[in-house]
Amino acid sequence: MRIEGKGLVDRSNPVGFRFDGRDYTGFQGDTLASALLASGVRVMGRSFKYHRPRGVMTAGSEEPNALVTVGRGAGQVPNVRATVQEIHSGLDARGQNAWPSVRFDVMEVNDLFAPFLGAGFYYKTFMWPRKFWESLYEPLIRRAAGLGALSRQHNDEHYEKAFAFCDLLVIGSGPAGLMAALTAGRAGADVILAEEDARMGGRLLAESHEVGGQPGADWAAGVLAELASMPNVRLMTRTTVTGAYDGGTFGALERVGLHLARPPMDLPRECFWRIVAKRAILAAGAHERPIAFANNDRPGVMMAGAVRAYVNRWGVAPGQTVAVFGNNDDAHRTVKDLVAAGIKVSALIDVREDAVAPQGVTLHAGARIVDAVGRNGLREVIVADRDGKIARIPCDCLAVSGGWNPVLHLACHMNGRPVWREDVAAFVPQPGMVPGLTVAGSANGTFSTQACLREGAEAASLALSELGRPEAKIAVPDAEDGAIQLRAYWEVPDPKHRAWLDFANDVTTKDVRLAAQENFRSVEHMKRYTTQGMAPDQGKSSNVAALAVLADATGRGIPETGITTFRPPYVPISVAALGAGGQGKGLAPQRLTTSHQASVARGAPMIEAGLWYRPSYFPRPKEATWRESCDREVRMVRERVGVCDVSTLGKIDIQGADVGRFLDLVYTNTFSTLKPGRVRYGLMLREDGIVMDDGTTACLGEGHYLMTTTTAAAGQVMRHLDFVAQAHCPGWDVHTISVTEQWAQFAVAGPLGRELLNTLLESPIDDAAIPFLGCGRVRVMGVEARLFRISFSGELGFEIAVPARYGAALYRDLVARAESLGGGAYGMEALNVLRIEKGFITHAEIHGRVTAFDIGLQGMVSAKKDCIGKAASERPGLTGAEREQLVGLKPVPASKPIGAGAHLFDEGAEPIRANDQGYVTSVCWSPTLNTHLGLAFLRNGRARQGSRVRLVDHLRGTDVVCEVVHPVFFDPEGGRARG
Amino acid sequence: MRLNCPLCGDRDLREFTYYGASVYADRPGEGWSDAWDDLLHLRDNPAGETTDLWYHELGCSAWIEVSRNTVTHAISATRLLAGRGKAPAKGAKA
Amino acid sequence: MRYSGLSVLKEGLFGNKGWKPVWREPEPKAEYDIIIIGGGGHGLATAYYLAKNHGLTNIAVLEKGYLGGGNVGRNTTIVRANYFLQGNSEFYSHSLKLWEGLERDLNYNVMHSQRGIINLFHSDGQRDAFARRGNAMVNQGDDAELLDREGVRRLVPYLDFEQTRFPIYGGLYHRRGGTARHDAVAWGFARGADMRGVDLIQNCEVTGIDISDGRVTGVQTMRGPIRAKKVGIIAAGRSGQVAAMAGMRLPIESHILQAFVTEGLKPVIDHVVTYGMGHFYISQSDKGGLVFGGDLDFYASYAARGNLPMLEHVMEAGMTLMPMIGKAKILRSWGGIVDMTPDGSPIIDRTDVGGLYIDCGWNYGGFKATPASGWCMAHLMATGEPHEVARHFRLDRFRTGHLLDEEGTGSQHNTH
Repeated sequence: MRIEGKGLVDRSNPVGFRFDGRDYTGFQGDTLASALLASGVRVMGRSFKYHRPRGVMTAGSEEPNALVTVGRGAGQVPNVRATVQEIHSGLDARGQNAWPSVRFDVMEVNDLFAPFLGAGFYYKTFMWPRKFWESLYEPLIRRAAGLGALSRQHNDEHYEKAFAFCDLLVIGSGPAGLMAALTAGRAGADVILAEEDARMGGRLLAESHEVGGQPGADWAAGVLAELASMPNVRLMTRTTVTGAYDGGTFGALERVGLHLARPPMDLPRECFWRIVAKRAILAAGAHERPIAFANNDRPGVMMAGAVRAYVNRWGVAPGQTVAVFGNNDDAHRTVKDLVAAGIKVSALIDVREDAVAPQGVTLHAGARIVDAVGRNGLREVIVADRDGKIARIPCDCLAVSGGWNPVLHLACHMNGRPVWREDVAAFVPQPGMVPGLTVAGSANGTFSTQACLREGAEAASLALSELGRPEAKIAVPDAEDGAIQLRAYWEVPDPKHRAWLDFANDVTTKDVRLAAQENFRSVEHMKRYTTQGMAPDQGKSSNVAALAVLADATGRGIPETGITTFRPPYVPISVAALGAGGQGKGLAPQRLTTSHQASVARGAPMIEAGLWYRPSYFPRPKEATWRESCDREVRMVRERVGVCDVSTLGKIDIQGADVGRFLDLVYTNTFSTLKPGRVRYGLMLREDGIVMDDGTTACLGEGHYLMTTTTAAAGQVMRHLDFVAQAHCPGWDVHTISVTEQWAQFAVAGPLGRELLNTLLESPIDDAAIPFLGCGRVRVMGVEARLFRISFSGELGFEIAVPARYGAALYRDLVARAESLGGGAYGMEALNVLRIEKGFITHAEIHGRVTAFDIGLQGMVSAKKDCIGKAASERPGLTGAEREQLVGLKPVPASKPIGAGAHLFDEGAEPIRANDQGYVTSVCWSPTLNTHLGLAFLRNGRARQGSRVRLVDHLRGTDVVCEVVHPVFFDPEGGRARG
Repeated sequence: MRLNCPLCGDRDLREFTYYGASVYADRPGEGWSDAWDDLLHLRDNPAGETTDLWYHELGCSAWIEVSRNTVTHAISATRLLAGRGKAPAKGAKA
Repeated sequence: MRYSGLSVLKEGLFGNKGWKPVWREPEPKAEYDIIIIGGGGHGLATAYYLAKNHGLTNIAVLEKGYLGGGNVGRNTTIVRANYFLQGNSEFYSHSLKLWEGLERDLNYNVMHSQRGIINLFHSDGQRDAFARRGNAMVNQGDDAELLDREGVRRLVPYLDFEQTRFPIYGGLYHRRGGTARHDAVAWGFARGADMRGVDLIQNCEVTGIDISDGRVTGVQTMRGPIRAKKVGIIAAGRSGQVAAMAGMRLPIESHILQAFVTEGLKPVIDHVVTYGMGHFYISQSDKGGLVFGGDLDFYASYAARGNLPMLEHVMEAGMTLMPMIGKAKILRSWGGIVDMTPDGSPIIDRTDVGGLYIDCGWNYGGFKATPASGWCMAHLMATGEPHEVARHFRLDRFRTGHLLDEEGTGSQHNTH
């Protein structure tokens, strides 16, 4: 029900929305909770375990009860706090964790079994029979648990992430935050003021206090107008700072479009900010805490501060007859505000014996509430007076104040521990818990408005002086300055009934006492055993009370009982916001070669090679399967000529007078003897003696080298070269830079390779000009190019490189000329067959566990010099007959396909681990040799050539005998490449 | 976390690649020895001040020696690995 | 007291007044036969199996904080036996078999749920590597199936099979893999050890290890010296620090591993799904939270808290693989301190000090190893000889080159 003349909502602007299938109207400025309360809706949610009806308790993001699902279809959002969701036209919200609805929920039956569902009951049962856990018990538990539901559909709404930088981040825009931002803003500092609420002002919007002689909200509006006029101040509403991280980095979630009926296309739903601040002030206020008494979770039982907020800010009466229960003066303040708003107050129950009666309202001093009545909505509370006399007090709303817990979460995110302050009965932060962060106002345990204003200004002054900026002292306006008057009071003792601590997770004082009884005395044990504080609200309003009950149950004080760890995020953040940009193709860059379009145009399926895309094969008419295309491409290269884009291989340009000896250190073999115009194959080890990569390095000229790496290891090798150069060769003249992107490079392979090149080179070449493993500068189509005589196919092979901008044109030309010679483009499948036939290795073989010895290249480790990895490769475990060594495999008969990943056994041996002799790394059908082939690692394999092994692939159902052969199946003398 | 690259200045953690303890940069002589075991495997692994190696991979490609606290993540100095023995970078964060 | 459905019923009817403490709170004695340093999952399991398998009960477990407060209480709860290197295969296979009987053995429901693990692959090369792994699993006697893309789609239709950055080629399906309730594992072993007479002593930090003539004689603690004939260091995350008390330097670097959980949701993910092209895996807890794991923050740390880049990477990977989780909200992030070794495999071994044993270096793999680690460490400490399935987990294998590098990333500690 609305109160005339009260509140800050825009009464001229009604807004229609739906909740649980019914239409309601609120006003611009309403949250879903305030609008529903104004419409008399009391049950907004169902509890997690017992499915008890629940009403709204708070007016902020700490809300444990009023969790709803918003929207329908792919974009439906579960577990939305009704206290945070602003209403807009078209808003369609509904209750959750209930069937058929939160008003009537059949799962409420759980409440009857509560005696058997206490803390940790599931650890003690559901063990028999064994198979029933997965098939019966667990599915039942899973279905009953959980809160809202995901849509299970892909949803393509837009989310974003962003960085921001500032001198001072002010978190919270209540009196402390506003004074801090004003002080720093006037001093010219770059300020970000972040406020979780849609409207800045904090408690000034919810209280009836005056600041500087005017209503608090008006004073806040004045300050905000001034801040908004400053170019150095950025005001961010609907922005919750969620975490404090190292180096002054803060995470923050901005709800950009969640309050809009039809958000513009370019606006994201949410944006996750990484704010880097030189200094920060935490002025996030405090959470009011409940008091545990029997059935204190009835709809209508609310926090007193929330009741004042609904009355003063939203102009909503949370009930027609309100009772107030508390242990501090805020209870009295609540009575005053209610009376001023014309709402009937049936009683004030104050646990303090010396409480002073407010005018016109019955006071029960030294009394407590022993029960709350009204399952679907509070009807009355039962009060036990100091002398034991029982009174029944009618009320449909009970405002409870058990004191305040400072919102110190961010200050604790870097492992800082808060300290207990007896006078406010709360944990408060200590200075320096997060470097560069100061806590001010009620987040610091400072509760009067005047003191909050002052602390905010002081915190900003301190930050300014630390930043070396001239101080700009500004006057702190007058405001209420009463010290907090509170008697710590956590629970009404009652061994019979359940009294809730953690409303969201249905944890009662009985659960905490049971934990203590079973010796889960550590606060962490209690938390984990009862699930206290593990619900969506992370125990924001309940953790302190729960540990007070635990302290009592274990006969310890609160400080020595300790507190659980505060961890980010302060409020939950959607996966879509944290993962913004990842959906679809955004996880990693897509790298395309210059020949990409041409390959796609030829119908080649493009497959991922790391971040690159490469053509798998080039289908021609009448080729029904990839194998037909692949076989044809292999024959093409072996008999005519083929063209393949090899630009994805890493290319590292290395220059300087000392590159020769540098390469000697990096490669196992010698490179200092490499002459200009020559190319050499090299093997590179990691410092631990295992093969890192292989490739060629060309000497382009005196002191100028070009290294190629495999596609997969390009980044790792670059990092490695820089390390070796900077760590081991300081002062050497060695400079490295990656030029992978700068050059387009194409393999031209096959007996007609030179013939093809000579049709387009400005000066034709012969074997003398570019011999095997030679290189040189050539001109092609008017452009300077590099030509390398290297082969990954075993045929006469060249690689021609041009600056990337000419790549597309050259590729088209090369392929056309190859086709006119009876050849054409070949893809990754054919490339793989060609290299397997030749026994050339890739990262399928050099997979991070093999040594030069394993792949038969121990001879390439020069005995004359040191190299990276040489010492470690000498360890006894890395050499010898027990090692699995590279071999070739030919199935018997040759037509039997084999699969990579199959394991090898002695012929006739059972295929079990104890008999394992090795495994297959690469396989292909060889159209050249008319057989299936495999490369494999076989224990003591080199000595077993000529023998037979049993190949078993359990997963694919293969069991084949294979002949063990030398890994170079084709042209072992290498005459074709030299030819 | 942010690191002060001696060449580029204060940059976000995600520009850097971590290697490990800086002992890795000190190669012993040729031939397998216990000193190699120390370099490759054994670590002081202190809970407190340590010096480790970072690579400014999405920046200037410098390898950087970082003096850092493994408990608080506070960074006390950064310097170029190539310039070992020289003074810490200016403006290194305390 | 014995737990059963009946006991829950009976206690429920009588106000739950009869539940007894799950463990005693004994004062430390002056001397024990065996001291275990570290009251985490592995330490508690070791104590349990020393008592159960070897009849040794004059044992104290010394824990500096609360029982199960280390990595056993802050992990992503995955249980699997899908290793492929000899040395690892047999160990994790043994562990999975122990898991399968753990609840009845402990009379404690650790909610071991064999819901199946699907390791997705995204290229032919990855398929071959997974085939090698799967075949090794079958060779070992465990289960593995190679699924093609349609096979994956039938099990987990909610993945993005069309737009995702790295297409899904298929998956390696390990039906017996799954999850368990992590805290319950620690509590179950603790209760079992306590019932057999082991003293579990909390808030008792070890400050020194006493060695005389090359033999361990006891430990110094915050609660005074305690003598012992044998001492086991089982303090993952802090292994290096504890070992340093005995003058040892370990092949370990400590790193942060973060994990993340969402608010509770109705059942939506029924398996454990791992991504092959980024650091991401997911399961849904019985309470309804989606539980995510990623990779290390990559820098050595004892802070037990992480930074944003890994959190964001995990969520970006989630969004490309299964965008339907976008509206789930991350509720909490946490970090554990893990012992990273130079080959990614653990150590269960004697040390150069007589009577001093060490169980450490669990990298990310410690949780699923808990029963077998306890079983094998108990065997080693009781008999002096390595257990058959843990005989490769030598402390000196890095020096000798007998490596167990499943990832193939080499001696850089943070790459495993």
